[in-house]
Amino acid sequence: MEWKKEIRILFWFIAFFLFAYFMPVYSDRFREAIMAMLDLTRWYAQEHVILCLLPAFFIAGVIAVFISQGAVLKYFGAQAKKWVSYSIASVSGVILAVCSCTILPLFSSIHKRGAGLGPAIAFLYSGPAINILAIILTARILGFEMGLARIIGAVIFAIVIGSVMSLIYRKEEKDKAERQMNVPMDEEKRPMWQTAFHFFTLVLILVFANWGAPAEGVESGGWYWIWAHKWEITAFFAILLVFSLIYILKLKREYVLIAAAITAASAFLATSPMIPMVVGIAGVSILTLLDKRDEDNKQWTLSTWDFAKQILPLLALGVLVAGFLLGSTHGDTDMPGVIPNQWVVNLVGGNSVFSNFFASIVGAFMYFATLTEVPILQGLMGAGMGKGPALALLLAGPSLSLPNMLVIRGVIGTKKTLVYVILVVIMATISGLIYGSI
Amino acid sequence: MLNIKVIGKGCPNCEKLEHLCHEVIKEENLEAQVEKVTDVNDFADYGVMMTPGLVVNDKLLSQGKIPVKHTLAKWLNDQAES
Repeated sequence: MEWKKEIRILFWFIAFFLFAYFMPVYSDRFREAIMAMLDLTRWYAQEHVILCLLPAFFIAGVIAVFISQGAVLKYFGAQAKKWVSYSIASVSGVILAVCSCTILPLFSSIHKRGAGLGPAIAFLYSGPAINILAIILTARILGFEMGLARIIGAVIFAIVIGSVMSLIYRKEEKDKAERQMNVPMDEEKRPMWQTAFHFFTLVLILVFANWGAPAEGVESGGWYWIWAHKWEITAFFAILLVFSLIYILKLKREYVLIAAAITAASAFLATSPMIPMVVGIAGVSILTLLDKRDEDNKQWTLSTWDFAKQILPLLALGVLVAGFLLGSTHGDTDMPGVIPNQWVVNLVGGNSVFSNFFASIVGAFMYFATLTEVPILQGLMGAGMGKGPALALLLAGPSLSLPNMLVIRGVIGTKKTLVYVILVVIMATISGLIYGSI
Repeated sequence: MLNIKVIGKGCPNCEKLEHLCHEVIKEENLEAQVEKVTDVNDFADYGVMMTPGLVVNDKLLSQGKIPVKHTLAKWLNDQAES
């Protein structure tokens, strides 16, 4: 008998028992929080899953399967020019870091065999911060402005923190034996522009299908026009996708046309745009899974499925917890959670140095599963968090956590890890202050 | 005797690759041992930047993706003969 395991099970039994025993079922605060939790979950399910998350997973799948990552990796070699390494490192998170488990091996290779500590740190920081799923969801739920601030902040952070670290440790860097890094290069299957065409078609479908309604009363201008015609525009890109499936992925033309016809028919018959989206996604999945000509097509949908499996359960859990603790705030709805708004306002309200610093520290140590930072921040902002501290948390949060600090420490040692963490916290605080005051 | 190393920190894809190796070894009746390399500090020694990496008899055959089953079978057979 494994005592440790049995005792752990006992511990969870007791914890659940105590929770059930003392559960304040009749307290208003508790009931409201439960309602807020259910409401927030329903809102996510209705508003974000089909039109936003599902297409986003397919885009992440394209990145993982069709885009040759070897092409990017060569810029991390020891011979690469420093400024090139830095700029590539700070933006490559978009295409390299779709899975967090690829970041650390890459980080350690760049550090030991490649461009050195600076670019390695830049990559380590920006990888999780600007991955494409996170940006899409941030812009969609926390607003376009916050999404943009997150990207710009992350890129600047990556370069500044990387340079400062390599400046502090420039002596050590020189002594390091230079050994050539092994860069994997698989031959490109198709010209770059074709892959890019496929990729951007999907991105534009996502962008226009989720085009936000203009402010109340606005009924003219370019943004309004796009919003009013967003389904026509989305349909246009869907037609481009059909071309892409036939001529770029080389799926069987007859099958693609049948799937496209079914999707189009569903668009005319259904009242909700979600129906054709679901039909279209099912069509693409079936077409690629049954394709016999090119293994990559099947891999595309399979890796999309992997992302969905990895991310959706944790995100759902994150939404439930955020709803319960912080309440549900969206549109006209405003339901309180278990945590009193006053606490949130006291700690991270407004734009004081303390608020920003507190948000940075909490963000740095807390672990956020992929994308869960978004519902949590939505809850916090609804409860009165300032936008400055919110950005500070976004910039310090996903790239750093206690478990991940321990792993980094294993690669670069305690001192450098400490410097890295401190730099991130200071910079996050400062950018929060700046963003909060504009 | 083939020496196969699956290099990865234990993410789902690394485990998938390991399973696939065992499957191919069984089906092709190869004599081989499969090892796992999980320490990130050792990855660079094998030249692996993207996980999962596959090293057979000290030769890096692929990284960053899982090879298709028949490709893997071909690689392993080639290595077994040489």
